[in-house]
Amino acid sequence: MDYLQYLRLDKMPHIWCDGCGHGIVLKSILRSIDKLEWDKNDIAMVSGIGCSSRTPGYVDFNTLHTTHGRALAFATGLKIASPRLHVIVVSGDGDATAIGGNHFIHAARRNIDITMIIYNNYIYGMTGGQVSPTTPSRKKASTAPYGNPDEPFDISRLAQAAGAAYVARSTVYHVGRTDKYIEQALLKPGFSVVEVLTPCPTSYGRRNKEGTAVDMMMAQKANSVGLERIKNMSDEELEGKIILGVFVDKDQKSYLTRYNEVVEQARNMK
Amino acid sequence: METPNPNVKMWQGNVACAEAALAAGCRFFAGYPITPSTEIAEVLSQRLPMVGGNFIQMEDEIAAMGAIIGASLGGAKAMTATSGPGFSLKQENIGFAAMAEVPCVIVNVQRGGPSTGLPTHAAQGEVMQSRWGTHGDHPIIVLSPFSVRETYDMTVRAFNLAEKYRTPVILLSDEIIGHLTEKVDVPPIEQMRIVNRKKPSVSPDNYLPYELNESDIPAMANFGDGYRYHVTGLAHDETGFPTNNPEKIQVQLDRLNRKIDRYRDDIVEIETHYTEDAEILVISFGSTSRSARRAVINAREKGIKAGLLRLKTIWPFPDKEIEVISDPVRKIIVAEMNLGQIAHEVEWATRRSKPVVRVNKINGEPITPNEIFNAIIAQD
Repeated sequence: MDYLQYLRLDKMPHIWCDGCGHGIVLKSILRSIDKLEWDKNDIAMVSGIGCSSRTPGYVDFNTLHTTHGRALAFATGLKIASPRLHVIVVSGDGDATAIGGNHFIHAARRNIDITMIIYNNYIYGMTGGQVSPTTPSRKKASTAPYGNPDEPFDISRLAQAAGAAYVARSTVYHVGRTDKYIEQALLKPGFSVVEVLTPCPTSYGRRNKEGTAVDMMMAQKANSVGLERIKNMSDEELEGKIILGVFVDKDQKSYLTRYNEVVEQARNMK
Repeated sequence: METPNPNVKMWQGNVACAEAALAAGCRFFAGYPITPSTEIAEVLSQRLPMVGGNFIQMEDEIAAMGAIIGASLGGAKAMTATSGPGFSLKQENIGFAAMAEVPCVIVNVQRGGPSTGLPTHAAQGEVMQSRWGTHGDHPIIVLSPFSVRETYDMTVRAFNLAEKYRTPVILLSDEIIGHLTEKVDVPPIEQMRIVNRKKPSVSPDNYLPYELNESDIPAMANFGDGYRYHVTGLAHDETGFPTNNPEKIQVQLDRLNRKIDRYRDDIVEIETHYTEDAEILVISFGSTSRSARRAVINAREKGIKAGLLRLKTIWPFPDKEIEVISDPVRKIIVAEMNLGQIAHEVEWATRRSKPVVRVNKINGEPITPNEIFNAIIAQD
């Protein structure tokens, strides 16, 4: 496929560091969109603040780079006002689940017709490596120099519990899965979430002695296990493993479907 | 018995605001419950679906502000309503709307502050916050109604100004006006002037969402219209993409601030009573101006040459008008339910050339006509 038709080449070079996994996620998104043959004019990409949130600047869609954590709030208004747009939110772990955590769980509860791609790199990269809600316990960050005392969020389980219609997790090593999950998410009516684990060698890997970008991707391979396999694994075997797969894929009325029913009801009552 | 005129309504201010929004073409409202503004959301939750519009109660005040910006970019006229604490929460996204030049209307039905303050009592403490609440230098338009009917007219005007100048507009009401019930003679919708944002006339290849043009107001394409542009709160150039180039940033921020300043004569509205021969000028706005008007009438009945200047537009500040009208008077009284936020601006506008007496109250009770009258008759 021709990636160039989707990229704003005059905005390159991008801001992402050498070895950052974000470009791999971007290519997965573009491959999935290309497969669906959507018109670029009908796609809106919305983001908040952070490394991943710079994605919209590089793609030739209707693009909106909002305030920190608030992408889903803006995207909700945009989708409702212009339902024919395919609205895709891209976000990072801090943007989506710390400052934007409230919007995240409510978008899932509401089942708003939006696809959210979360680039989870366990760290606030843009500001230089501060601890995030997904930084694993005891891992180091610039604001957790003795190791993170907190427990991390499991983003996919959080989305599942909050009511999303589709939830899947992959890594940048597993591009086949990522492509498939993003495509499924884009086609899903309601709120769909794809969490993609992406290495941040600069701000996370270096501080935690995880080696090069390639080492970090190989670790993704070595430490991952498919959801379909975990039934037969003990808790000890699952310790430290990244569980990949489709956590939720259910059919339920989306926000727009239900709101249209409200409109019908209101019009009949006039 | 006469047939009742269906265009004459008994409405409270908040209901008039909601109905006016519909008349102005508002088809998207996002809100969060907060006293004393909640009736606006309640009315629109019922009325918007009837016209195929969208009402959504968001998870918080911040989300409500974000949602109306997103909806406006999608082409809808959009509004949110709140009060003090919620207004504080919305500030960052209000700044985004100002920076990204996204038309929208924010209603702040003011209650007592600071903090949680007095949820069910009126105040006028957000004069300065409505101007400077969000960080950085930015333009804003703020209107303040003194009656239910004016709430209707000003809500329509707020949408018109937002669309015309691509800017957030704040309707600064207060608890008294919001909950006051009065007769409203609703103007026929076909007689109302409705302004819609200017759309680009150029092809998508030539479209500059933040163009430096003669009017200083760039045309605005809706997302999905085929223009595929970029919107960001970062400093950006004409194309909408972020830049660190100081020259490009400077010309954009100059234009951004100039686009309201240069049209201030179109935006600023005041009303005067008995000011022609006034020796004492009372300046007020919002619900307090009702007491001020009564005080001035009472003074006139006693032969005292008092006049009233009522601010309908708060920002841009009517400084030129105040300077001219106050020129012949020997004393100015500013009555407001805060500790002198307008008085300070009046002193600035008049270059401290004459005494500015402050009549202030922040305990939740309205300023009475007598309190203002006493200031009028007080020996200097």
